[in-house]
Amino acid sequence: MVSTTAPAFVDIFSLVNLLLQFLDSFAFLVLAAVGLVVIFGMMGIINLAHGEFILVGAYATTLVAVAGAPFVVAVIIGTLVTAVFGILLERSILKYFYERPLDSMVATWAISIMMIQGTRIYFGNSITQASTPFGSISYGPYSYSAYRVSLAFVSLAVLAGIYLVFTRTEFGLKARATIQDADTARAMGVNTERIYVLTFGFGSALAGLTGALYAPTLSMSPEFGQNFLIEAFVAVVVGGASVVMGTSLAGILLGAISAFFSNVYSTFWGRIALLAAAIIAIRLMPYGITGVIEDFRDRRAAGMSVKEALRIPAIGVFLGFGGGKND
Amino acid sequence: MMLEMENVTASYGKTPILRDVNLHVDEGEIVGVMGKNGVGKTTLLKTVIGLLQADAGTIRFEGEDLTDAGHGRVDRFRNTVASRFRGSTVGDKVAERLVPDGGAGTTADKRARRGMGYIPQGRDVFPKLTVEQNLRLGEGVNEDSDDDLYDLVYDYFPILEERKTQKAGTMSGGQQQMLAIGRALVGNPDLLLLDEPSEGIQPSIVEQIGEDVLRMNEELDLTVLFVEQNLDLVQTMADRCYALDKGTVVDELGSDELEDREAVAEYLAV
Repeated sequence: MVSTTAPAFVDIFSLVNLLLQFLDSFAFLVLAAVGLVVIFGMMGIINLAHGEFILVGAYATTLVAVAGAPFVVAVIIGTLVTAVFGILLERSILKYFYERPLDSMVATWAISIMMIQGTRIYFGNSITQASTPFGSISYGPYSYSAYRVSLAFVSLAVLAGIYLVFTRTEFGLKARATIQDADTARAMGVNTERIYVLTFGFGSALAGLTGALYAPTLSMSPEFGQNFLIEAFVAVVVGGASVVMGTSLAGILLGAISAFFSNVYSTFWGRIALLAAAIIAIRLMPYGITGVIEDFRDRRAAGMSVKEALRIPAIGVFLGFGGGKND
Repeated sequence: MMLEMENVTASYGKTPILRDVNLHVDEGEIVGVMGKNGVGKTTLLKTVIGLLQADAGTIRFEGEDLTDAGHGRVDRFRNTVASRFRGSTVGDKVAERLVPDGGAGTTADKRARRGMGYIPQGRDVFPKLTVEQNLRLGEGVNEDSDDDLYDLVYDYFPILEERKTQKAGTMSGGQQQMLAIGRALVGNPDLLLLDEPSEGIQPSIVEQIGEDVLRMNEELDLTVLFVEQNLDLVQTMADRCYALDKGTVVDELGSDELEDREAVAEYLAV
């Protein structure tokens, strides 16, 4: 950790350190949030058991890796196990909670508590960890885990993958239609029940992948998933409901804030800054970055110039009307 | 016979909307259902497509019973149990779990794939999808649909080809109506269900849409069931017409009677 007394990016090594910290924060925010935002943005369920979906991925991956499978294979298995787990949960419990955000929070919170305690009863307080691949990068007086930095590129690949799934596939088109208007989608021959199951499974798989990828880097306890909750929810609040655009922009903005404060002060201040950013974001952008961009697009579509379209939300925010979309 | 409804009853929760509706549509016909606001016109079409399941009665589509189609004893049993539960808040919830949409009939997505093209009231195009994506969704209904159907739709509505990549939500009401009809057409339906096509659209466009539907009926052999309270459109389009009042069919008008403006207007007067 860098000195807490003064800003320390005076030499090139510190700048490299700041950059790597940013990449690390970005990856963590994006990967922590993607599963949550798919399930919330597409289905209107606020999944408070999100952390425990990550836990399932992490434990499944670790158990397979420790049993001797190559790490990549373990990650794939962990992801698939979580997807199946999510689908079972959706079919048995969560399908009764669509478009009931408050009820869904209580139900998923209960699931979260049961899973944490269940894990403790069955596996005990910790299990043997899988070893971290790749080793570390050293530069000047610093070193950084190469694996964690590589996750930045994985997170970009995940975002690209989600984008392609929702914009380029038959499933994505039907999912977007179902989310916009389930009745009409059904009247167009879309089996909306199946779309809900698959979307939930997809969101669960993403959470499982996150758990799988971070399994070697964090201690394997029943509270594993709790590490991700703050980042996940802050990223969703700041990003808004759009999966790819909201999450990636939130990752860049919050990653920069978190990296700067962690690097210059301490990890503790990094987290404080993250939460402060979330509070300010809720005040200025009730629908997150997504809301601001959609508002801007709507204004442009209504024939305003770029300047006008930018000005009005800004004035609205200033007067206290918020900058969110109207519908 | 294309479509036949026999003593169909349907309700939202405890509120009955349709009572003992009897009507039929022959192949190649354009049949109108007219009536004032709130008599159950939209509910009638929703019950046909299956977004709302009939509580009682029979709906047959091309000879196939949709209210009980392909369902075994288990479904009939669930239906019976559900109807026993209905009537209280908790009971309605139990019934809803047992039989989603309120009945054990064929679900809307299956009816759509079976050959019904539904154009909801207010169009309900998917606003955030492009024109082309909206059309592609309609295509999903029909496994063996091909690009010719797109050419056909673009032939009827050239504006849709010009605006292919535009978001559907940014188009005018009339254009959205054309898109909704086009979306149903690419599914190559046998029966078109059209819910108040004139609503909120300027008169010249209403006229054009009426003529387009007539053309489709002739050129594509498309059977049409539409509900409407626009007198001109009913007279332009309908071969035959039913008058709906308080959830039930009160009269049937043949082509001669449809010529008589005053007789028709009587059923539309507020």
